Amino acid sequence: MTTGLGAPSAPPTRAEYCVIACAEAWRDAGEILASPMGVIPSVGARLARRTFAPDLLLTDGEALLVDPDGTVEGWLPYRQHLTWVTGGRRHVMMGAGQIDRYGNQNISCIGDWARPTRQLLGVRGAPVNTLNNPTSYWIPRHSRRVFVERVDLVCGVGYDRAAEHPESARFHRIPRVVSDLGVFDFDTPDRSMRLASLHPGVTLDQVGEATGFALTVPQEVPYTREPTPRELELIREVIDPGNTRATEVGT
Amino acid sequence: MGDKTMTADEAVARLASGMTLGIGGWGSRRKPMALVRALLRSPITDLTVVSYGGPDVGMLAAAGRIRTLVTAFVTLDSIPLEPHYRAARERGALELREVDEAMFLWGLTAAANRLPFLPVRAGIGSDVMRAGPALRTVTSPYDDGETFVAMPALRMDAALVHVSRADRQGNGQYLGPDPYFDDLFCAAADTAYLSCERIVDTAELTKAAPPQTLLVGRHTVTGVVEAPNGAHFTSCAPDYGRDEAFQKQYASMPWARFTARFLDGDEQAYRSAVQAWHEAEGS
Repeated sequence: MTTGLGAPSAPPTRAEYCVIACAEAWRDAGEILASPMGVIPSVGARLARRTFAPDLLLTDGEALLVDPDGTVEGWLPYRQHLTWVTGGRRHVMMGAGQIDRYGNQNISCIGDWARPTRQLLGVRGAPVNTLNNPTSYWIPRHSRRVFVERVDLVCGVGYDRAAEHPESARFHRIPRVVSDLGVFDFDTPDRSMRLASLHPGVTLDQVGEATGFALTVPQEVPYTREPTPRELELIREVIDPGNTRATEVGT
Repeated sequence: MGDKTMTADEAVARLASGMTLGIGGWGSRRKPMALVRALLRSPITDLTVVSYGGPDVGMLAAAGRIRTLVTAFVTLDSIPLEPHYRAARERGALELREVDEAMFLWGLTAAANRLPFLPVRAGIGSDVMRAGPALRTVTSPYDDGETFVAMPALRMDAALVHVSRADRQGNGQYLGPDPYFDDLFCAAADTAYLSCERIVDTAELTKAAPPQTLLVGRHTVTGVVEAPNGAHFTSCAPDYGRDEAFQKQYASMPWARFTARFLDGDEQAYRSAVQAWHEAEGS
């Protein structure tokens, strides 16, 4: 592998595999809004826009729609943002304090809702997101504390809950969960979580140890794909030259 | 046309304990903090607060003024979790009616339109239905037959909002990129108190800015308060950004000490104390 300058480049870091795994969520997404929450999903969305999802819409994190160079191409205040959600023209990648085997997600509180042991953010837009536009999740530190048997409060609706309300949940879709260990989907008969790929350098045992429920593991588990030389160059030299991705996932 | 100007203390004097109070802005952005500080100086308590929550909620919760909170989140943005709100929740100090961001918007919209509720495709399947025992569903009367949450109107006794400019009659102008939901808060409340960075003549409002920046209409406003730096320490773009250093101080200092140092006097005393703090910190 070489950089644009012809010097050999360092091999991909774990953070960079995570960027690729997040970017892939928006492949061929068309003219929809990418709403990444967190550093690595943001780098991933910008990488997707610059490569295999050129029609994607990006925000500046406030009220403006911007192209990869920062040129303003639209206005998207919170109120309109919510209309895009309910209109379905968006794929959000949210965080999760807890997530379970069916993709139920919690960012509200830990413990009893009436008097929590730990108050978190609140439900935010997770209920509306999950009933209206594709919702993926990004978890920078895969652990049994996050991947739990049962979440304390369902904010983002998972596949089992969605199945109980087939009409209201007809737009429900959780394309993927990306963590620092691998990529997960719900491509199983009962829509429970499945290991879709391991990031290079991660073992099956590591994932099993860090997950608080039994994952579906296929016979052959592929590795998360390698970034192309061009993608590595874009990540390192254009999109995230300050290496902020390393603050979210270390080596 | 009536001159609606008044001081923050005069605005708060028109409020009463037990009221339902809406607070505009979003997270730690363009919050009517001068009005919140005036509220903290008053004896008013037992409030139902309706807010996309930031330090407004944190301060009122820390001071024990909130009986019920209606919200989708409470955050300081650059500091994700509001420490004083967290502490209040973890000691069971307030009742929470937790709704989703879109449900909240439809509640405001219903109230502004004098509707009892609006249908929303949010909440079903999630635990906001468990958290909000008063929530009902409604079935579409058309062929699709879909079931929605019937989000009840969030009608309020009073709304507090902060904008960049206003005239003396209560026409309010925002100059930042996002209106948030401030006009809806004003329209959804029986009375509304609008603070602003600067009061200007009506003609001045559209001299340098387009008419679509006129966010809040005077027909929805009861009182206008000139409050320079009135959103401090939250942001009020483009007039100023968030005072991150001071926000950090707010988030890390015990509430009693913060109150004693910054909130015991009037708004002028607050400004002086903040300035003295910045000078001492060299920030």
